[in-house]
Amino acid sequence: MSELVVEQVTKSFGDEQVLADVSFSVKHGEFVSLLGPSGSGKSTLFHLIGGMYRPDAGTFYLDGNDITGERGAISYTPQSPALFPWRTILENVVLGAEIQGKPDYKKARAMLEKAGLAGYEDAYPHQLSGGMRQRVAFVRALLSPQDFICLDEPFSALDEFTRLEMQKWLLNIWEENRQSILFVTHNIEEALYLSDRVIVLSNKPAAIKKEFTLPFERPRDQELLLSEEFLQWKKAIYKELQVVNHA
Amino acid sequence: MNKIATKTVSPILVIVALLLIWEASSRLLDVPAWLLPAPTVIVQEGVAGWVNYQHHLLSTIRLSLIGFAIGVTVGLVVAISLHLLPTVKQAFYPLLILSQNIPIIVLAPLLVIWFGFGVMPKLIVITLVCFFPIAVSTLDGFRQTSYELMHYMQMAGASKRQIFTKLELPHALPSFFSGLKIAATYSVMGAVISEWLGANQGIGVYMTLAQSSFRTDRVFVAIFFIMVLCMIFFGIIIALEKLLIKGRVKEEKV
Ligand SMILES: Nc1ncnc2c1ncn2[C@@H]1O[C@H](COP(=O)(O)OP(=O)(O)OP(=O)(O)O)[C@@H](O)[C@H]1O
Ligand SMILES: [Mg+2]
Repeated sequence: MSELVVEQVTKSFGDEQVLADVSFSVKHGEFVSLLGPSGSGKSTLFHLIGGMYRPDAGTFYLDGNDITGERGAISYTPQSPALFPWRTILENVVLGAEIQGKPDYKKARAMLEKAGLAGYEDAYPHQLSGGMRQRVAFVRALLSPQDFICLDEPFSALDEFTRLEMQKWLLNIWEENRQSILFVTHNIEEALYLSDRVIVLSNKPAAIKKEFTLPFERPRDQELLLSEEFLQWKKAIYKELQVVNHA
Repeated sequence: MNKIATKTVSPILVIVALLLIWEASSRLLDVPAWLLPAPTVIVQEGVAGWVNYQHHLLSTIRLSLIGFAIGVTVGLVVAISLHLLPTVKQAFYPLLILSQNIPIIVLAPLLVIWFGFGVMPKLIVITLVCFFPIAVSTLDGFRQTSYELMHYMQMAGASKRQIFTKLELPHALPSFFSGLKIAATYSVMGAVISEWLGANQGIGVYMTLAQSSFRTDRVFVAIFFIMVLCMIFFGIIIALEKLLIKGRVKEEKV
């Protein structure tokens, strides 16, 4: 069980308002994407959920409990993989669990194998490719004891091929566990392909512009990306973003 | 392979060439031995005099090792406490710098007045020269802790203690080692200087005796052993560093 409710969150840095009255929710087992232009305040929203700083107004609830300003309530992967260079891959993926209590190395090994990282348990991050590092960071998030996962543009630094691979892989893993995920991206296709719902944010200050509930069935495969229906959705969201940029 | 070979061979060639020039010129120009003894003369004295000076050597090794150990401990304690207590750091950091502005040679007579000719003032001298590079470089290591990793730790709900042991401490390890390397050579230097102050044995004493009797060859033997000692200390620390510091080859890019 993990359900996140964001209620009327507002945040400014100095004179610059970044988030304006943002409200939405992520239900249990749901995959929700936040789509917004660069600099619109997506990462800031994550930092607020994670308790790095407090919002000027508004509340975050996780499973009904007020978690505003509380650290360690969610599992989080930053925009860069943020792996610890002196830890092996195995030691890296258990870090989240280690901070909260006892790491489970057996589970970690099994998960690494599923992530296609078998044989790399004792390697160091610098020996891995960018895509592999991103997978390691994601496995770390999955192994963290918190049920709610926040991913901040995990694939934005990858090339198109790797990105597609990673999306497929992420969906596979997610279908098995069905943890609630809040996913930040500025790539429309990525949001459409992965999510149950897409929330479009407006620019400066970010407010919720529109919400799309996607009808695509799961499990999804990459054929979907070329279907007529998919293109229709893409157009609709693209239009919405155009409006955002010109507003 | 070829690269490694040229890397080790070329400096050796330079040293050998210099020694040859030295040897040849002191023979051809008939330089008196008290002014500049030929390398062969120095080697002869080094071999023949071994029984005379080996206890000096041992004494200096012991002194520098103990002083080094104390200096490293003090340096680490200073670095960690200043890091964990930022207000204390603000107050004491200038003092830390100031402590290095007083030349050891000036401080030494004071230490002798206060602590006599025993081992105490010598250890203080070595500690004073050793703790500083360690404290400063380790503090630097703490300060440069990766912002991204810190951010991750905080979002994951890590406590202050966890952030220190799991992030800041391992992150500062390479900086600590750069401090160690400097401190290792300083410790030998500090030991020799402190022996000049007054001691009954040690390379410093051997050197002073050699100097006053114009045994320049012995001065060179002493210099040679000081260099060898520094190199051995340095080598041990580099080996330890290789053993302890992992996964940092391309650290910046991770
Ligand atoms: N700690 C801070 N202090 C001051 N301003 C900040 C801070 N953090 C973010 N901002 C500002 O808030 C705005 C939103 O930043 P944020 O990082 O949330 O954008 P983003 O949507 O994640 O962008 P991107 O897609 O490029 O990652 C930016 O204008 C940024 O300058
Ligand atoms: Mg961002």
